[in-house]
Amino acid sequence: MVTRKILGPLLVIVIAACGGTEASNATSGAPAAAEGARPERIVSISTVATEMLFAIDAGDRVVAVDSMSNYPAEAPATDLSGYQPNVEAILGFAPDLVVLSYDPGDVVAGLEAAGIATLLQGAAYTLADTYDQITALGAITGDVDEAAVLVADMQSEIADLAASVQERDEPLSYYHELDDTLYTVTSSTFIGEVYALAGLVNTADAADPDGASWGYPQLSAEYLLDADPDLIFLADTRCCSQTAATVAERPGWETLTAVTNGAVVELDDDVASRWGPRIVDLLRVIVDSVNAIS
Amino acid sequence: MTSKAGGLNPEGDGRSLLGIRWLLVGVGAVLVSAVVGVATGPVSIPLGQVVRELLDRLPLLEVDSSLSAVDRAIIWDLRAPRVVLGLLVGALLAGSGAAYQGVFRNPLADPYLLGIAAGAGLGATIAIVAELRDVLGVVDPVPLVAFAGALVAVTAAGTLSVRRGRVGSPTTLILAGVAVANFFTAIQTFVQQQNSETLQQVFAWILGRLSTAGWAEVWLLLPYAAVSVVGLVLAVGPLDVLAVGDEEASTLGLRPRAVRRAILVVASLGAAAAVAVSGLIGFVGLVVPHAVRLVAGASHRRVIPLSLLFGAAFLALADVVARTVQAPAELPIGVITAFVGAPFFLVILRRQMAS
Repeated sequence: MVTRKILGPLLVIVIAACGGTEASNATSGAPAAAEGARPERIVSISTVATEMLFAIDAGDRVVAVDSMSNYPAEAPATDLSGYQPNVEAILGFAPDLVVLSYDPGDVVAGLEAAGIATLLQGAAYTLADTYDQITALGAITGDVDEAAVLVADMQSEIADLAASVQERDEPLSYYHELDDTLYTVTSSTFIGEVYALAGLVNTADAADPDGASWGYPQLSAEYLLDADPDLIFLADTRCCSQTAATVAERPGWETLTAVTNGAVVELDDDVASRWGPRIVDLLRVIVDSVNAIS
Repeated sequence: MTSKAGGLNPEGDGRSLLGIRWLLVGVGAVLVSAVVGVATGPVSIPLGQVVRELLDRLPLLEVDSSLSAVDRAIIWDLRAPRVVLGLLVGALLAGSGAAYQGVFRNPLADPYLLGIAAGAGLGATIAIVAELRDVLGVVDPVPLVAFAGALVAVTAAGTLSVRRGRVGSPTTLILAGVAVANFFTAIQTFVQQQNSETLQQVFAWILGRLSTAGWAEVWLLLPYAAVSVVGLVLAVGPLDVLAVGDEEASTLGLRPRAVRRAILVVASLGAAAAVAVSGLIGFVGLVVPHAVRLVAGASHRRVIPLSLLFGAAFLALADVVARTVQAPAELPIGVITAFVGAPFFLVILRRQMAS
């Protein structure tokens, strides 16, 4: 029992960090159907794919999304599980295309056996992966043009935001908090790339120099106090009810520059953990916070 | 053998001296681990400054440590509570482990035996899923509900092994504990799967929260720790009598079942409180009492106090390793206790076999 409990968190990290290590776009099952007919009943077992599908105007053909897909609001939420997808439950929605971010068992194989087209899109490691996934989604749903427009829009907005970052002699540093036990990200992650666009330097890189924690180490509190980042971003406002106020109350944290300067930024956990179209919104919050520091 | 007249210990002064010697070693180990714990971490603060800072806090002493505000916060707000908590949790896990092994006369008994881990895990999961933190405001409800869950599980195991006023054998109690643990784990897994968005938080709790613990957790644990430690120390005599068997204990004027029950309550209270603030830390309650027994003898007069002391020192030092081996990243302390504890234990075991 104890072993299982210790292995559990690893599983969570694996889900979060390397949902699809093999390939970020794996299409399978009924290829003829995928190329020919335009899918009319799409099931999304991926929060990110749900956001992407609605952003490329395929939303009206999405018949069911998993329980964690909470954006956009009009997404047809069901109790389908993204952690333990169940083939029968998915088939109950009579889909002609199923998009997943994670295949823990033989879900893809099960759907294939039932003759359903699937698209497995694991976690993106770079912005380029995100664009590839949007393009692949557009290709399989028949919304090629909409996908191309979305990618072009995202690219230009991100370029504009990056260009609007104030020039500085010394780059600012940041700490990105995943939960209140100080799990964080390094600059080698997807989210790290977004922060780098805003000219920020990651405080936690020393905690996972060789990528042994997949870029998601648990940071030592005293190291953080000593490193004294200029900005603190909280991606645990929902999961763990953290706010700038609760951070200021943590023992010893009153000594931090970010706390005394009011540079503790409360993010939306979901926006900060998904590699979908709203990454532009995340970058906007980051750039605004950076430019607010004189 | 030069047994003095009236001496209760048939093995004489040699063994008593040995006991006192080990007691002093244990106290020394606690002090050393405390100083090492406060002086060591990912951020290097010169030992001289740390010692001056510690001396400055002693009454009537004024020493200028010339520490920066950040270093002072690191020592007093981060390291010190973590060291104290490590000492308390280690003492409670090892002490209650020694008591469980004595009560059940079972070398494999440990603090999680009677469903404490499963009950605490269910309590923590419910507190997280129900977002009780939002209800209670600043007070962190997770350890409180985890503590309640652990006590419910232990009580259930204890009650279920009684039938028509007859208390079952130690084996009955162990089996009841295993059944209760599995039942609670099933509920916990179900609740967790129904609320998969809280998975990360639940696992973070199970893996242990020593890394972000502060004085608040120390104050939370302290009253239960005090009651449990005093109770365990008072239990050494009855435990030694129980060791000769229930019938013999009865003829010596002890009521074995009542005594066993009282000791279980005291040990479970401490173990449940420890688990509630620290998460699940395996191996300490098993290895420390056995190691103590191998080096200092099987009498509970030695095993209980020495388990408390060496358990405290062991966990405080394991925590030092947890926060430095991958610095500035943290490693879950349970990994250290098993990784360091198992080989250490095997070395002692083999040395014992050789002699």
